[in-house]
Amino acid sequence: MSVVRQSLAVLRKDLLVDLRSLRRVVAVSLFGAMTLLLFSFAAGTDSVVLKEQAAGYLWLALFLSSTLALSESFRVELEDDALEGLCLLPVDPRALYYGKAVANLLFLLALSCILVPLSFGLYGPSLRLPLVNLIALLVFGLAGLAGPGTLYSAMTSRARGRDVMLPLLLFPLVVPVLVAGVKGTALVFGGDPMGQFGSWLQLLIVFDLVYWSLCGLLFGKVLDS
Amino acid sequence: MNKYFEKEHILLVVGLAMLAWGCNQALFVLPGETYMGEVFRIFFLHVPTAWNSLLIGTVAFGAALGALVKRSRGWDAAVEASVEVTLVLIVMVLIQGSIWGHGGTWGDPRTEAGSTWWEWEPRLTASAVMALSFAGVLSLRSFIEQFERRVLWTAVATVIAYVDVPIVYLCVKWTDRGMHQDHSTPSTVSDVYHWPLRVNAFAVLLIALWLIVRRAKLTLARDAARADQTPPTESTTPLVAGGA
Amino acid sequence: MIDAPSPPLALEASNLCRGYQNRWALLGLNLRMRSGSSLLVVGANGAGKTTLLRMLATTLAPTSGSLAIYGERPQDNLLGVRRRLGLVSHRTHLYDDLTATELLEVTAAIAGMAKDADRNAALLERVGLSGRGTDVIRGFSAGMRKRLCFARLLLQDPDIVLLDEPYGQLDVAGVDFVDGLITELLEARKTLVMSTHQVERGARLLQQGLVLASGRMNWVGTAADAPVALAEALSR
Repeated sequence: MSVVRQSLAVLRKDLLVDLRSLRRVVAVSLFGAMTLLLFSFAAGTDSVVLKEQAAGYLWLALFLSSTLALSESFRVELEDDALEGLCLLPVDPRALYYGKAVANLLFLLALSCILVPLSFGLYGPSLRLPLVNLIALLVFGLAGLAGPGTLYSAMTSRARGRDVMLPLLLFPLVVPVLVAGVKGTALVFGGDPMGQFGSWLQLLIVFDLVYWSLCGLLFGKVLDS
Repeated sequence: MNKYFEKEHILLVVGLAMLAWGCNQALFVLPGETYMGEVFRIFFLHVPTAWNSLLIGTVAFGAALGALVKRSRGWDAAVEASVEVTLVLIVMVLIQGSIWGHGGTWGDPRTEAGSTWWEWEPRLTASAVMALSFAGVLSLRSFIEQFERRVLWTAVATVIAYVDVPIVYLCVKWTDRGMHQDHSTPSTVSDVYHWPLRVNAFAVLLIALWLIVRRAKLTLARDAARADQTPPTESTTPLVAGGA
Repeated sequence: MIDAPSPPLALEASNLCRGYQNRWALLGLNLRMRSGSSLLVVGANGAGKTTLLRMLATTLAPTSGSLAIYGERPQDNLLGVRRRLGLVSHRTHLYDDLTATELLEVTAAIAGMAKDADRNAALLERVGLSGRGTDVIRGFSAGMRKRLCFARLLLQDPDIVLLDEPYGQLDVAGVDFVDGLITELLEARKTLVMSTHQVERGARLLQQGLVLASGRMNWVGTAADAPVALAEALSR
């Protein structure tokens, strides 16, 4: 049975579980929204400053909420040792990884559907490049979070000190995603006279390719122990 | 040979000797750099330390790959030791860089070197991220009690952290033109400075390797002192079910 | 007269050991089981029964020693080996947010089996959960969850069945159901390893017996003699 079909089956399982417990998506979104608000309070009421920094705040809010989302996705697996139950099936560990990682990506994209409009509302940036650019940036940027994040949450959710370990390990790693995401988004909001948007998007794509393949290979080993 | 003098100490002795020569050159023999003044001399320690931090980081990466292939105490000790030494080197690089960047304005308002403690530029940022990543790896270790899991997860985290370094570097490079001159390789630095740089670079490498070997030996000795993990070879009669 | 060939070696464990920081959970496990045979594993709490079953199920890696399932090692063909194994453990491995039917559907999809709603419904009926297919597992009692685990096991239809405390949390009807299931599995020539505290019950159903004490093989013999052997081992 091909890895792709097994991944889709795992993905379906995760989506079923996620949709059934929408309260998790709601809770994490609320957290993200609160973060956006906190940033605007901290930055002060100068609307010019807020507009300039909008890209940064948006991505920071996404980053902070992602750790909650990622650790939630693995808590479900541990409640009844469900993950071990999956391992009892003849399933390729790579399929487990890719199914879970795509499910996490979709979770994060759902999150951004709430946070992006909210940041437009709070900070009032304009849209100088087509919306599809922003969407592409979000898809590949959040994939950069979901990819290594799935691997790390598989590890940290089973170790002690799990709440602090996931962000501690993940955040230094995904600095390129933050930089590229913020820069690209700033170009979408502020205009791109020198045509740099493409290179930032490329950086994200390269990061995704490297980490989605690397983590897929390593996932099986992580599950083994 | 005296039993207290283990072979790796040669690394330390030679390394210290080379470092002494190199630093002597740097501090007393060579003329100062006209533009940046006396604080420039830290360059002779800063650049070799920076080169080695990346080199030892690569050693850690290699050890992690080894640990992934064969999960033994030896490989694990190697990974832990090289990650620690890399971290120490990077922290030193960051401190030295900070001192250099700040310039010698210790009550001397005349020196020109910019007075920032930090600068957002590629190599500094990449080093800081690498330091945090590697520190995170060590932090993860402290939370895992099972030996096999610890070996494996440390190795995985190290591999992932290391692969990130060039990406971070590229990333920040695109955002900013920073204050570092274009890579200080021997070719871009005037001839007079070559030898002290090279000598110091090897010196730091030898000392770093000595640290790794000592650290790894310490871990292995500590582990051996705990309960012996080799299973006894008592043979029990196999239980046979359904006919022999 | 034609001699019936002896059945193939289903499971072979050589010197399986599992150690932690400062103790051995399992030490020197040697097992050879032919297809169709059955084994009862008994011992006090913490004797290593669950560790043994998890290692046989390949979800726990041994510290040393080797395992072969129908001649293949897990390292060489993990998926093929896992296809032959099925485990029902006291940890249910269930997703609380799914319905019973969805759990079977998802398991079937991941295991590469064809979609078959009738088959799933029939399995639920067989384990006594007919009509509960659309109920979310979160609302299930412990006994019902156990039954669902059995449904999942029957769905996978492995050659080697591993049961870790199958009677736990079941009412009288449930216990009888498990007995019936075990009898059926043995008649279907499955290889069965069961650990339980219900020693007399196990002794009636299974062939061989093993007493574990502190992770070591304390006694081997026929299952019928296991209760006495266990009592002796505990009294020492």
